[in-house]
Amino acid sequence: MKYFRQIATVAVKDVRAELRTKEAINASLAFALMILLLFSYTFDPEQEMMRQVSGGLLWIVFAFAGTLTLNRSFARELPNDCLDALIAAPIPGSALFLGKCFASFVLVLAVELVSLPVFGIFYRVHWTPQFPALFGVLLLGTWALTIIGTIFSALTVNIKLREVMLPMLTYPILMPALMSAMRLTTSLVNGQPIPEDDFAWLKMLIGFDLVFTAVSLALVETVLVG
Amino acid sequence: MSAVAVEGVWKYYGDYPALRDIQLEAAEGACLALIGRNGAGKTTLLRTIAGFSSAQRGKIKIFGREPREAEARRRMGFIGHGISVYDELSALENLTLFGKLYGLPDPKKSANEWLERTGLERVRNGLVREFSRGMRQRLAVARAFLHEPTVLLLDEPFTALDDRAIAVLQRLLREGLAARKTIVMSTHQLREALELATHVALLNRGQLAFHGARTQEMVDDPGYVYARYGEGA
Repeated sequence: MKYFRQIATVAVKDVRAELRTKEAINASLAFALMILLLFSYTFDPEQEMMRQVSGGLLWIVFAFAGTLTLNRSFARELPNDCLDALIAAPIPGSALFLGKCFASFVLVLAVELVSLPVFGIFYRVHWTPQFPALFGVLLLGTWALTIIGTIFSALTVNIKLREVMLPMLTYPILMPALMSAMRLTTSLVNGQPIPEDDFAWLKMLIGFDLVFTAVSLALVETVLVG
Repeated sequence: MSAVAVEGVWKYYGDYPALRDIQLEAAEGACLALIGRNGAGKTTLLRTIAGFSSAQRGKIKIFGREPREAEARRRMGFIGHGISVYDELSALENLTLFGKLYGLPDPKKSANEWLERTGLERVRNGLVREFSRGMRQRLAVARAFLHEPTVLLLDEPFTALDDRAIAVLQRLLREGLAARKTIVMSTHQLREALELATHVALLNRGQLAFHGARTQEMVDDPGYVYARYGEGA
């Protein structure tokens, strides 16, 4: 219980700090809505091709917008050397890391849930019939984005070009999870259930989440302290 | 058992040895002043003792435990160059947060007590970003002392403090020493530090040039240690 309380303490602190400044969430939301709007002028929503690329388009927006939030995850600790105080506290590095992951997860998911109806309107897709399954894919895909983004946010926190480095490190590793989420989302945002052939992608997404959560938890102490 | 024991510690930045075979200790109730010129390795040594980075060779023990062990961290309080409190949170929220992270039984009560002890009780709900420099520094002191640490690691604690913050910190440090807490502080303010110190360690380019008890000569002439044991002595 103590471990979960420590995770919750860090997560609540991060969400509270972000909601007071709204630095990351405003940038992320504005970026997501802008890209969705611009792409809606580029593609004809009536075309079959639009339906085929809708999942990919949506996850590209989520991945790019999410990185703006994830960049702030550990960078938020830099002013006043707050990271020192967190590292000095008698909590496991994994609790600190998971607390930050959950905070970023909530913020990224909030941006996604606001973007989804906008996407539905601009691209004339009927995502509501499959919302429970779509929400499940969003949870899995967002966790993959968050876990990779947060560990690299920790790794790049002391680098001057961290805003550039984070996406460069995150996206290549995130590729299998993004491919799975795109594939699964394409059917769901068009109101169709996940085809049986695509269950392998679902398994890959779940596997990715489990493996990279375990790897990140194993490495985080080394990443934080060296 | 020493409160802080540093045994043959080496620390490299790339190929450059920032700490070379450092061997020192501070007993319970001692106040060790770490002095040396800029770049001598004082901050690196303090951060390594605090467990913020690991030594490539050698060992550090806090009451016989590794610095990264939770029990050792619970015993340590650290004041670094930054104030280590969040601008977006109020003074009370900051201290309550750290009270929770240190597992205090009643974090809010402890936070309120320390806000009173540092004269910040009237602004407890004010956001730190709206605080003056002196208020922020006093909050940093409250954050470091909140969990009643038995080992205090202070990196240039008097630098840039206003008179009131210096008075608060000196009072807390004297109370700490009276309660047999161990203090290790790096400093350039030799006069303030040597008044408190029971022991002195002089670092010179990552090497320990002197380590011993503070003498009256050092108090009378703060430059004495540099002149006697420093570079070119």
